[in-house]
Amino acid sequence: MKQPMNSERKLYTLCLLVEDVYGVLSQVSRLFARKGYNIESIVSGATDKLGIVRISIELISDGLMIEQIAAQCRKLLSVKAVKILDENSCIRREIALIKVRAEERSARDEIIQIVNIFRAKVIDVDRSCLTIWVFGSQEKNSALIGMLEDFGILEIAKTGTIAIERGRSTIYDDSKLKEEYEYGKNVL
Amino acid sequence: MKIPATKAIMECLLEQDVDTIFGYPGGTILNVYDELYSYQDKIRHVLTAHEQGAAHAADGYARSTGKVGVCFATSGPGATNLTTGIATAYLDSSPVVFITCNVSESLLGRDAFQEVDSTGIAMPITKAAFLVRDAQDIPAVMRQAFAVAANGRPGPVLIDFLKNVTAPDQMIDYEFVHWRDNRDCAGVRELSASRLKNPEPNRQDADTLLDMIAASERPLLICGGGVVRSRAHKAFREFAEKVDAPVAITVMGGGGFPGSHPLTTGMIGMHGSKASNVACDACDLLIAVGCRFSDRVALNPASFAKQAKIVQIDIDRAEIDKNVLTDHHIIGSARRVLEMLNEKLPQYRHTAWKDQILPLRAPSFAEESEHLTPQQILDVIRLKAPGNAIVATDVGQHQMWAIKYLHFDYPGQLLTSGGFGTMGFGLGAAIGAQMGNPDKRVLHITGDGCFRMNCHELATVQYYNLPVITVVFNNGTLGMVRQWQSLLYRERYSETTLDRGPDFVKLAEAYGLKGFRVSTRQEMETALEQAMNCGSGAVIDCTLDINEMVRPMVSAGSGITDFLLS
Repeated sequence: MKQPMNSERKLYTLCLLVEDVYGVLSQVSRLFARKGYNIESIVSGATDKLGIVRISIELISDGLMIEQIAAQCRKLLSVKAVKILDENSCIRREIALIKVRAEERSARDEIIQIVNIFRAKVIDVDRSCLTIWVFGSQEKNSALIGMLEDFGILEIAKTGTIAIERGRSTIYDDSKLKEEYEYGKNVL
Repeated sequence: MKIPATKAIMECLLEQDVDTIFGYPGGTILNVYDELYSYQDKIRHVLTAHEQGAAHAADGYARSTGKVGVCFATSGPGATNLTTGIATAYLDSSPVVFITCNVSESLLGRDAFQEVDSTGIAMPITKAAFLVRDAQDIPAVMRQAFAVAANGRPGPVLIDFLKNVTAPDQMIDYEFVHWRDNRDCAGVRELSASRLKNPEPNRQDADTLLDMIAASERPLLICGGGVVRSRAHKAFREFAEKVDAPVAITVMGGGGFPGSHPLTTGMIGMHGSKASNVACDACDLLIAVGCRFSDRVALNPASFAKQAKIVQIDIDRAEIDKNVLTDHHIIGSARRVLEMLNEKLPQYRHTAWKDQILPLRAPSFAEESEHLTPQQILDVIRLKAPGNAIVATDVGQHQMWAIKYLHFDYPGQLLTSGGFGTMGFGLGAAIGAQMGNPDKRVLHITGDGCFRMNCHELATVQYYNLPVITVVFNNGTLGMVRQWQSLLYRERYSETTLDRGPDFVKLAEAYGLKGFRVSTRQEMETALEQAMNCGSGAVIDCTLDINEMVRPMVSAGSGITDFLLS
């Protein structure tokens, strides 16, 4: 082998800019299934450019395999850019909506206190429950959910994780790698 | 100008210089076939016996001519019958545009008669799969499909038209633009989002390789399928002669470098020659051109070319470091990269290294024996058939023998399913090749197992009066599987013995073709001569011993010189 194998498995976030065309999400997600990889979370949303969607995918992988998956993604015609992010290079955030049981007044007060500590918000209230909105890292959100479990959680809705690089560099930056992939894609 | 949608489909085919289509009609694609009826004088349609045959024929046409192949099929079973053919083209990077129709918009997703999610099925085995729901999109999608199939790393593309899109009342804006004049290519430029309109390989990367060549004492080249696809045979030959290095040829690389050239060491990998495999183990610089180091070449990636710096030249960045980790790579079409390298490459001499490797090559003549041997059959073909004859093979022992004992001198001369290993590929491919190369002799080399899979295409051979000669290596078994059973499964021949019909001579005659049965070298010579002069297609059924084996052999996952059979 030419290079030492990067075989440590850890959580990666793969960010893709894709053209918003029919079936693009399934095209991308299918590549993960092909390699037998389970997607931890997947989020798709608009960007600053019209017709371009950003897909953020979280998965646990080793370094070699994440490069492989990224390479296959980069080959797709509708994929414009791909960036592999790990915890050292990016900021990750997610949103959770938590419906928690609160039938006693004392329980309600206590939940509101916890919610304030976590800088979360109560967004709906009922005689028997509270619905809480929290935005933050996965660790913070998990910690809040852990606290609220004591009261009885009725339902949770979470977004997947979105991620962006720290510092000045962006997903739009040109690199030799990007140019190399475009060579194969260039169809004129 | 407003024209009917189906007319626009035909005109778009003419834009791409398409004159031959392989296909099979059906309910949803009727509108398209109706329009084709008006275009019979411009576009020739070849009706096969089965959609799979049509898919392989379009593939064989593309591989042998270098043009984009085109294949039509209807929805549902028509589309699913194509899938083996699409996957075959995908794994071997063959440019084919598959056109299917699907049910109407109003029925879509309702499990209508002959409905299937064709684009969904084709997604992992195509470069792109388009579902056309609006007739106005036809010209843009058609142009894009051809551009995508032919450019970059070539490959198959599927276009699925909804039936209502092809309805006679659908009128669309259309203007004929020949592909050469189409710099816009309707959205393709945007998709590629590239500043590189005429992509050039990176000069610095090329210079780095030139330095590596200068420092090398024992260089080895691998000629892969990329040399064939980019028709880089001339540049590759110049490169090999200047570097003065032995050249190993992969299955897909057959025809990329002359098989009779003094630098050739033959096939590499599982059934690679001793010369190629030993050279791979001993070289200090391995330059693989258009080769993805499949598991049949790099049997054990960790020990592959363990003494060498490995350099990969490929058009597809995703192939770099996929199977074997490399020390250096150059991205670009094999032809452009090699031309760039040749400009600055001095003449080297590696006499000592060549003296170490080249004498390991086996003698290339068949020994005499009582029974007919595979090598004798191929000797007869090599000596009697024209040197430029196109050879289409199926998959298995006969494929390995054919590649080993025949010499291929130009890209498109050898048509074989190297990546997907599709049994039944050969006859369809031979039909496509003969359609695209009417002046050349086309031979279909097959085994009794493979031939049985798609032999119904003999009807196509007969109907279009194609002089395709099928040579059946009939050993009464699935030879390659049996070989593994002999060597690795204690001779437990589970379901591989084909002690059953049909009688291939009678079968040929039933289809209106000439049939011959041979069991000696002399009979083979006579039969081949008669077959070549009979004016129609023919089948030569060659009786072989059931225990013939492909030699040498290295088992999967082993070191490349750990020969199981020598």
